[in-house]
Amino acid sequence: MTSSILLSATTWVYGLSAFLYLAAWVFHRPGLEAPASWAAAVGLAANTAGFFLRWAESYWLGMGHAPLSNLYESLVFFAGMIVLVHLVVERRTGNRVIGAFSAPLAFLAIAYASLSPNISDKIQPLIPALKSNWLIAHVVTCFIGYAAFAVAFGVSLMYLLRTRAAAPGRLAGRLPEPELLEEWTHRLVVFGFLFLTAGIITGAVWANTAWGRYWGWDPKETWSLITWFVYATLLHARLVSGWRGRRIAVLSLVGFGAVLFTYFGVNLLPGLHSYQTTG
Amino acid sequence: MTAPRSSVGAALREGFASIRLTIVLLLLLAGTSILGTLIPQNEAPATYRALFGDTGYRFFRALDLFDLYHSWWFQLLVLLLAVNLVVCSVERVSRQWALLTGKTPVPDPRRFEGAEARAAFEDPRAPAALLAAVEPLFRRRFRRVAVRETQTGGRFLFGESGRGSRWGVYAVHASVLLLLVGGLIGSRFGFDGFVNIPEGETVQTIQLRNTGERLRLPFAIRCESFTVRFYETGAPSEFRSRLVLLEEGREVLRRDILVNDPLEYRGITIYQSSYGTLPGREVQLSFTSRETGMIYTREMKPGDEFAIPEGLGTFVLLDLRPNASFRGSPVGDAFVGRLIPREGEAVEVLLPVRFPTFDRMRRGEVVIAVEEVKQRHYTGLQVNRDPGVPVVYAGFVLMLVGCYVTFFRAHRQAGLRLEPHGGGSRVVLAMTANKNRAALPSAVERLARELRRR
Repeated sequence: MTSSILLSATTWVYGLSAFLYLAAWVFHRPGLEAPASWAAAVGLAANTAGFFLRWAESYWLGMGHAPLSNLYESLVFFAGMIVLVHLVVERRTGNRVIGAFSAPLAFLAIAYASLSPNISDKIQPLIPALKSNWLIAHVVTCFIGYAAFAVAFGVSLMYLLRTRAAAPGRLAGRLPEPELLEEWTHRLVVFGFLFLTAGIITGAVWANTAWGRYWGWDPKETWSLITWFVYATLLHARLVSGWRGRRIAVLSLVGFGAVLFTYFGVNLLPGLHSYQTTG
Repeated sequence: MTAPRSSVGAALREGFASIRLTIVLLLLLAGTSILGTLIPQNEAPATYRALFGDTGYRFFRALDLFDLYHSWWFQLLVLLLAVNLVVCSVERVSRQWALLTGKTPVPDPRRFEGAEARAAFEDPRAPAALLAAVEPLFRRRFRRVAVRETQTGGRFLFGESGRGSRWGVYAVHASVLLLLVGGLIGSRFGFDGFVNIPEGETVQTIQLRNTGERLRLPFAIRCESFTVRFYETGAPSEFRSRLVLLEEGREVLRRDILVNDPLEYRGITIYQSSYGTLPGREVQLSFTSRETGMIYTREMKPGDEFAIPEGLGTFVLLDLRPNASFRGSPVGDAFVGRLIPREGEAVEVLLPVRFPTFDRMRRGEVVIAVEEVKQRHYTGLQVNRDPGVPVVYAGFVLMLVGCYVTFFRAHRQAGLRLEPHGGGSRVVLAMTANKNRAALPSAVERLARELRRR
């Protein structure tokens, strides 16, 4: 399948982009930042092309469904969304150090999809439970939210390194200004929260048409709600209690931990979303 | 003795109005929810005893940890959050009432003096003439506009828009209440049941999931057929039940249902949920004549009659009896028929599916045996009524709109001063906003550019 080749190429381009961003930051070579951005953009183009080609291929194979139906496909989409969010942030802030923390996340996501022996990249037909128009709305909203939270995680981590009690070392000193990091943690969390809310809601409406209940405390549902609670706490703490800085950054890390558990950890627990594990 | 009571009330109100309580409750709900995903919920006691031992089982059960999300203490946390949210919102709305409803007076021009986002330029026209040129633009850009003459003979224009966005957060809070009310309506006035219907059969009662009680529906459901389709890989591709709904024996609706495509009738929704196979009612029977050893086979279904050759009598197949017993011992599913010999009394014949040679024991002239039972499917249906769903969905819409407005719409205010300057005017534009202030300078710049063109 051509799309698989395109998507494994994407993996290496994202890897190159992550390497360039990290090298630019660690070895203080600002000249590498622009190539890193270009690599990210080229990777995103290949990722997008691979996504749509895979969609077309599933039609040629007589299945015809959006490539959002299993772990491989969701990871590929997740990686693309991380890069997209990252490039938007980079453009809006004009700061290219952020890539050192978000490009590796995109690379890890797509590398896990491409290289893990447990994840099949074969296009599989949809099982009856997934045959729904809600599939696209649900998965797309969830993963845009997850991607925003992933980039927020990177930005918060930078904030924590930048504002350590000890005077920042040379590496940490080259990170963006704390005010910028603090501001963008908030913006990304707000954006992610809106999409997570939309993702949970589309999931609930779908569950109601497929299983006859909009909420059933299935582990995946419960964990998405736990994630929602964590980020709701962050927003209330910041907007009402006036929390700033490190405490907000820590909550953002905890929130992303909940995102990861909702995405991967839940598969270790029994539940209705179990098709996520197969393939 | 009203003073202490009101102070208790005030303390309660103050306690519930605290954002610290909100944060504690949100984190407690998150933490206890985690517990519910680690401990399997609603399993049989034996499973829990195997997992936690007898003491652990009794301890966890006392804490309601096996049905955690429906336990009194979890619901109490949710209730506390709801009260907290209402008290906080009411408190804030009453404090901001003037601001929220637009009953605030037009602010003094000096309020905009400290604004960071500002632009200034000069114009050859006098303030009054310039005002006539720029006012229509200002009115297009802002929802509420007021004009004042200043002490120095200049003009001051005030404009504001997006005041309604201040309601966004209360819309989100209200939506949470709608979800809780919808859930409550569903659990009080709805039901959640299931029923298995073998192909060709009709049922009118279902079994409720949480109590196990049986419930009679206002209509009967007949399953005409159930089909599973598979992909070449062997994975299932489609589960389809052909259903007919009947009221007092009259057909009122006929429709196929699939997973993700349920059927709704009179507020009750029927979902494709599972399926299975049953011994069918059609059976191939063999009749062996004891005298000649000839074997005659025949496919029959209940109600069919067969005149056995050689004058061995007439056999009527009556029914399939699930889990039958013979002289007190269980023999599994069995067909029951009546054999009417040429002469003598009719006898009842029991034909267990699992024991084909069973009828030999009767020592009759003919031995009847079950050769093959056609398998048939039953469809497993989820049958629900949830009158809370519209309320919950309204909550969903309100929550999305509210979140968008809260986070992405701002209440912006602008002050435009036109002061006499030489023969013309000196113009100062300044803007403030309650959020997303980073976007203000470019907004001011854009508006200033438009104003200059006037």
